[in-house]
Amino acid sequence: MTTQARIRNFSIIAHIDHGKSTLADRLLERTGAVSERDMREQVLDTMDLERERGITIKAQTVRLLHVGEDGGEYVLNLIDTPGHVDFSYEVSRSLAACEGALLLIDAAQGVQAQTLANAYLAIDAGLEVIPAINKIDLVAADPERVAGEIGNILGGSPDDIVRISAKTGVGVDELLQRLVEQVPPPAGDPKAPLRALVFDSYYDAYRGVVCYIRVVDGRLASGQRIRLMATGESHDASEIGVLTPSAKPVADLEAGEVGYLITGVKEIDRIKVGDTLTDAIRPATDPLPGYSEPKPMVFSGLFPTDGDDFERLREALEKLRLNDASLVYEPESSRALGFGFRCGFLGLLHMEIVRERLEREYDLDLVATAPSVAYRVTMPNGSVREIKSPQDLPDSGSLAGVAEPYVKIMILSPTEFVGPIMELVTIHRGEIGNMSYLGPERVELDCEIPLAEIVFGFFDQLKSRTRGYASLDYEPAGYREADLVKVDILLNGQPVDAFSAIVHKDKAQEYGKSMTTRLRSLIPRQLFDVPIQAAIGGRMISRETVKAKRKDVIAKCYGGDVTRKKKLLQKQKEGKKRMKMVGSVEVPQEAFVAALRVDDDQ
Amino acid sequence: MSSVDTHVDARSAYVHIPFCSLVCPYCDFAVVAGADHMIDRYADALASEIRMSPTWGPLDSVYFGGGTPSHVPPSVLGRILSTLESHHGLRAGAEISLEANPEDFSEDRAVELSRYGFNRVSFGAQSFDGAVLEALGRRHGPEQIMTSVAAARSAGMPSVSVDLIFGTPLETDQSWDQSLQKVIEASPDHVSCYALTVEPGTPLNRAVIAGASAPDPDVQADRYEMAEASLEVAGYHRYEVSNWCRPGHECRYNLTVWAQGQYEAYGNGAHRFKDGVRSRNLRRLDAYLSEVEAGRSPIAGAEPVTGWDTEIDRLFVGLRRSAGVSDGPGVQSLIGSPEGRLLHEAGVIEMSGDRLVVRRPLLTDEVHRAVLGLEAPPGWVERPTADNVC
Repeated sequence: MTTQARIRNFSIIAHIDHGKSTLADRLLERTGAVSERDMREQVLDTMDLERERGITIKAQTVRLLHVGEDGGEYVLNLIDTPGHVDFSYEVSRSLAACEGALLLIDAAQGVQAQTLANAYLAIDAGLEVIPAINKIDLVAADPERVAGEIGNILGGSPDDIVRISAKTGVGVDELLQRLVEQVPPPAGDPKAPLRALVFDSYYDAYRGVVCYIRVVDGRLASGQRIRLMATGESHDASEIGVLTPSAKPVADLEAGEVGYLITGVKEIDRIKVGDTLTDAIRPATDPLPGYSEPKPMVFSGLFPTDGDDFERLREALEKLRLNDASLVYEPESSRALGFGFRCGFLGLLHMEIVRERLEREYDLDLVATAPSVAYRVTMPNGSVREIKSPQDLPDSGSLAGVAEPYVKIMILSPTEFVGPIMELVTIHRGEIGNMSYLGPERVELDCEIPLAEIVFGFFDQLKSRTRGYASLDYEPAGYREADLVKVDILLNGQPVDAFSAIVHKDKAQEYGKSMTTRLRSLIPRQLFDVPIQAAIGGRMISRETVKAKRKDVIAKCYGGDVTRKKKLLQKQKEGKKRMKMVGSVEVPQEAFVAALRVDDDQ
Repeated sequence: MSSVDTHVDARSAYVHIPFCSLVCPYCDFAVVAGADHMIDRYADALASEIRMSPTWGPLDSVYFGGGTPSHVPPSVLGRILSTLESHHGLRAGAEISLEANPEDFSEDRAVELSRYGFNRVSFGAQSFDGAVLEALGRRHGPEQIMTSVAAARSAGMPSVSVDLIFGTPLETDQSWDQSLQKVIEASPDHVSCYALTVEPGTPLNRAVIAGASAPDPDVQADRYEMAEASLEVAGYHRYEVSNWCRPGHECRYNLTVWAQGQYEAYGNGAHRFKDGVRSRNLRRLDAYLSEVEAGRSPIAGAEPVTGWDTEIDRLFVGLRRSAGVSDGPGVQSLIGSPEGRLLHEAGVIEMSGDRLVVRRPLLTDEVHRAVLGLEAPPGWVERPTADNVC
């Protein structure tokens, strides 16, 4: 055991690519946790996707031993946090396990919206925030400017900010010393009943659910009977330990310490992130604050291209969920796409990651429908229903009102792009709120905007309007009533459920026109004319026609050609397998995401 | 059995002559230009390959294709034909065809070829529009087509055919109409009209990739319909997607292929169908020569066609004919399939008496793709044929 005075629990907050994993590697090396020989780049990012994208999806944690300048040995618990806003609940739980946070900023790119959002989370959680400017070895580095920006946000003198290069190791020792000096030690009550925060968990095929915990009060011993305060379930602490970074079992974990817990539970959603562990016999009276259930924000239908893969898709989703309690899904059937699942995601990145993992790790060929949000429909009798799929929206005659989710977005950008950003926000029905300057050249814009308007393409448009300089963060901001209609798309006179979308009434005409035009270019010519119509209720708002194909024949087929022609036609036939038959119309997969690209035309 | 199906029992042979004076930019056949010094050596190799093959005959038809058979001296062609005759035998009245370029043709040549036994000539005329001929890389003019057809006629060639290519980007409705009128004026017994096709690996394909205009399928559909109308009026009936003729002048060699009959093949890149196997020779001239000269078989690959595939194959080759195919398990399977029902609804296929026919020949590939995906109906058993009943 270590006295609390010698423990420092901290996180590193950084934007994607600002060097968090490299710094973590360097810390591991400096403290001898991993020998230089065993060092592989970015030790803490273990999932393939994390390494490829340079982002952290699941938090990792590691215990470091550091000899301070005073000659004493300190235990530094580095609690890694996911870098992306989609996982802000997970970030907040990781932060709740710390007393301090390193705010790592790229010396060339400066402060980014996501960093700022997480830095505010840390400040709100009462953490000591230690800023550090990284990548000072870069040619484009401008630490003075970046220090000015940080000073404007956190207060304090820009000159006090430590400048480092996680890559070369410059400044890392100074940073370690500041951690020891500035991060307060934990101040829990070692004599009080046990309270420990579950700040992350993952599923291990052999051990079951492994929880990362921070003991706040009291003491957790191996074999102790424990209770989870939110779910009320009791389990035995069959193994507890610390991560060095490899798992090392210990007999007990005292107040202030960070480690792991294995109970033998196999289902990840039985131990919820944010829950409080206590002693089953002598329980604490109050749980630790801040627990909530993560709530999906974005929904999309996932359908196997080959209907025979439905069971494989179900199994793959089940496996993904073992490690991702925030992924929700329920079976959905579409007339156009057959059987699949409507999946709920924490945000856009989460959605993209899940889809990519399904296709890559489980080798599934998927059709994904346009992402949508959850609408709240008020029925004439006053009851409220949540609609996650456009096809479930009742006709306008049979409902009293529809409300859509809003988000508060924070955009950080160089000042010169304020005009184009405001225009973009307005096009997407957003309202501009506060504008504040972080420095002479950087501005923070706060807006409220319907979530549906940013679920697809908004971020790309923002990037293109600001030459890549702006960054964006968002958080839920409640529901608002809006004049929304369902636009149906009919192929050959038949409505295709997978193409339906809920859009604002003022944009319905434009949306219908743009969808029909795009579908006309995506749907190949068939044996007969295929009319493509957009309609609201029974009223047609746009129409295009894919003219019937007239010629599809090989000119010559003589003795010498039979085998070759057969092969050629067989290949064409394989290509057609990637099409979905919708009624008697062959629709290529790309058409189902066409709705996503409608925005590009603007 | 319809008369077209009787060709299933015919015995045919194909002889490939790869030599050309220049290679046309759209051509993707096994051809070679500037290799005239190899003609004699090649003819010897052909003779060896013929003698190496099991005797099988007598032959009902022989087809010399290319390349440009007329680029080779008639005496050489005559020698090859006589080797075929002495090895397999020729049935009395057998059809002996050769492909010819108009610029290679004269009355003297026609007379010489007739003497060796050739009785059908097929001219690669392609167009009567000078600009189109140039774009296609042809070396003859419109008037040479007229004179060569006339030469074949006066030499007493019993059957004369003319090939045309339509839909070249330079061609107009008017110039195509004129080509059709001219071909009717030339009065051959047989006319083939092919839509210009951009084949991978050809200079034409490279030009299209570099930005040259590609043939437009809708324009080609219009031109095809024009051909159909003009030729029907002039007394030519269409008997296959791209082939029209006067009664009795169908190409018997091709009818054998489309009736799933057997044919031997000789020369580089030549394909055969014999004893239930589709096989092909080495495509490269040098590779072909060295194998044959070493006394080895030049066959480069083979696919047996057995069981249900035989029925699929019968529909595949047979449905290009206007007469279609006779009813059978494949036909039943097609019309019962979702694709087949759609094709029927769209008027592409139809039962005519006990035959399945393609009514919209321009969409034949749609039918073919459906045919290739057909599965044997439950309980289907191969019917014994004459060959496997002892």
